[in-house]
Amino acid sequence: MIDTSYFKEKFDQLQATDPDNVLSAIRKEGFENFNKMGLPTLKHEEWKYTGISSLFNKEYSLNSEEKLSIADIDAIRLPGHEQANELVFVNGRFDPSLSTIRSASNQLVVLPLEDAANGIYADLVKEHLGQSNRYLKDGIYALNTSFIQGGIFIHVNKKQELEHPLYLYYLSDVRQSHTLAQPRSLVYVDESARLQVVETYLSLGSLDSFTNQVMEMVINSNAYVEYYKIQNDAANASQVSTTHIRQIGKSYVHAVTVSLSGNMIRNNMNLVMEAAGNEAHLYGLYLLNGSTHVDNHTMVDNREPNCFSNEFYKGILDDQSTGVFSGKIFVEPQAQKTNAYQSNKNILLSDHASINTKPQLEIFADDVKCSHGCTVGQLDPEALFYLNTRGISKEKAQSMLLQAFASDIVAQVKPKHLLKHIKELINNRLADKQA
Amino acid sequence: MLSIKNIHASIEGKQILKGINLEIKPGEVHAIMGPNGSGKSTLAMVLAGREEYEVTDGSVTFDGKNILELPAEDRAREGLFLAFQYPVEIPGVSTTNFIKTAVNEKRKYQGQEPLDAAAFLKLMKEKMDLVEIDKSLLNRSINEGFSGGEKKRNEIFQMAMLEPKLAIMDETDSGLDIDALRIVARGVNKLRNSDRAILVITHYQRLLDYLQPDFVHVLYNGRIVRSGTKDLALELEEKGYDFIKDEISLAADL
Repeated sequence: MIDTSYFKEKFDQLQATDPDNVLSAIRKEGFENFNKMGLPTLKHEEWKYTGISSLFNKEYSLNSEEKLSIADIDAIRLPGHEQANELVFVNGRFDPSLSTIRSASNQLVVLPLEDAANGIYADLVKEHLGQSNRYLKDGIYALNTSFIQGGIFIHVNKKQELEHPLYLYYLSDVRQSHTLAQPRSLVYVDESARLQVVETYLSLGSLDSFTNQVMEMVINSNAYVEYYKIQNDAANASQVSTTHIRQIGKSYVHAVTVSLSGNMIRNNMNLVMEAAGNEAHLYGLYLLNGSTHVDNHTMVDNREPNCFSNEFYKGILDDQSTGVFSGKIFVEPQAQKTNAYQSNKNILLSDHASINTKPQLEIFADDVKCSHGCTVGQLDPEALFYLNTRGISKEKAQSMLLQAFASDIVAQVKPKHLLKHIKELINNRLADKQA
Repeated sequence: MLSIKNIHASIEGKQILKGINLEIKPGEVHAIMGPNGSGKSTLAMVLAGREEYEVTDGSVTFDGKNILELPAEDRAREGLFLAFQYPVEIPGVSTTNFIKTAVNEKRKYQGQEPLDAAAFLKLMKEKMDLVEIDKSLLNRSINEGFSGGEKKRNEIFQMAMLEPKLAIMDETDSGLDIDALRIVARGVNKLRNSDRAILVITHYQRLLDYLQPDFVHVLYNGRIVRSGTKDLALELEEKGYDFIKDEISLAADL
């Protein structure tokens, strides 16, 4: 039985603790939307193949104040962390005591969202926080907005090329209770700045975790952003992860999402081209086994002329795993000379694995170049036989071909230590097939 | 070394090989010729271990072992090599890594230590010179974007690296211009020795001009219908396959 009535009580509690909070109005609007729409079900067109509402058949803790130790953080740290700005979220809330900022304060500002909204960044927060609601018309997004608490504001200052990447760790403590974590962040990348963002997730404990994350990123002209998301959490961990990027000045985005394990994962990767001449590259690799479900929803809205976007997602699905790729490209009437490309390729290794792939183009301008394509197949038997005739076993040949299939996405991970780490994760996974 | 006895094989229920007998000894070069559809490539696939082909009767022993019971990879590790008519392109798999894996899998099977990076590179260099293949090809993915001649040269290079006891060359001459053919044939000739046997499958005489086989067999309708010396190949080149077909239909009429 799905009963979400406890959210009302929790929401009232949150609003009552701090009635004058600068964010209470946006939360209130969020909760009204949540009440109107409820959790998305399979009847919702954008959620047709991803049933998250059944995950709410239990009561989640929303505000447990578990304290984690530095040792707990070690379990999630990624290679290169010694040089990174490490921002730690516990159960959806930013924990400054576990976080480390290495960049100088004239380069990077990280503030609790409330503080930013009350201080010198008040106008920026007011202008940009929650802009993604125009695109995300569902109750799970509204639920995040309803409970914005412990969120952060990240500001990369003008002309600053950050030497230290941003590592965002999302930890869920599910040792005592099922936990719903709802991290929220607003990232503002000022003109001519340069930034690398890496996000990853970890659930501690055996109860269920649900992470419902929203990151909004605003990118100004001449800025350059690399964004990496690594999903390699436990089988009791589910998430809806929304990244809503607005390129408000002519800028460059390079994003790679790597999904390896978890229970049910939904990624919303939205890109809004709000300035002429923007360029963006979105890559994704999902390597699934067991009963993991991964749904990559991408949306590129071309609102201005001369923008270029390229999307390339690949998946390897084994066992009973399921995947979804849904890629929407909008080209608005004024967005002439848009170049928008999209490709999704899949290999199914088991009769019980499945993929639903759906490209959608809605083009309202006449001078554009757009393409999309998808494939679903098995490994090439000719290639397998060729390797076999050179003395390479079937298992090893399969592993080599799968690694080759994944390699052009993996190669998009630019930081060297991260690339090495991801290669290892993938090689270990594919080598498992030999056991 | 290789003893093929009364091999019958079919694919998708269609009988292709209808009783082939062939004995190959170390150091010998045999050529199998025959018109399209006679079963030449099927024989190569059956020997190499392609599972889609079903062997319905007969036996194949290789150095005394019944290789029909072995998967393709173990046949290769035992020393059997197939140079493909159409080598497959495998994007994303580096040729060098592939060959290193292949060499070391074979060494492991034979109870030898894997080659370290330095020893492997030394071996590569030596064999590259031997078969006249350019390093730039080996830095690329397997056969990706290779010309027909480059693919065949890569097959010969792999043969050189894996040092098989028996190499089966399935229409290695097809699609090659005269220069490429000469280079490939030169490579094969350098790999000939008294321990290594070679089975060349071809339509045409021209590769045999370079290789000078010890025996020539004519395959027709799933059977070896004539065997002889290299003069048989010349006769075929002169008269075409029709004279064989005529002989057979004549024999059937009698």
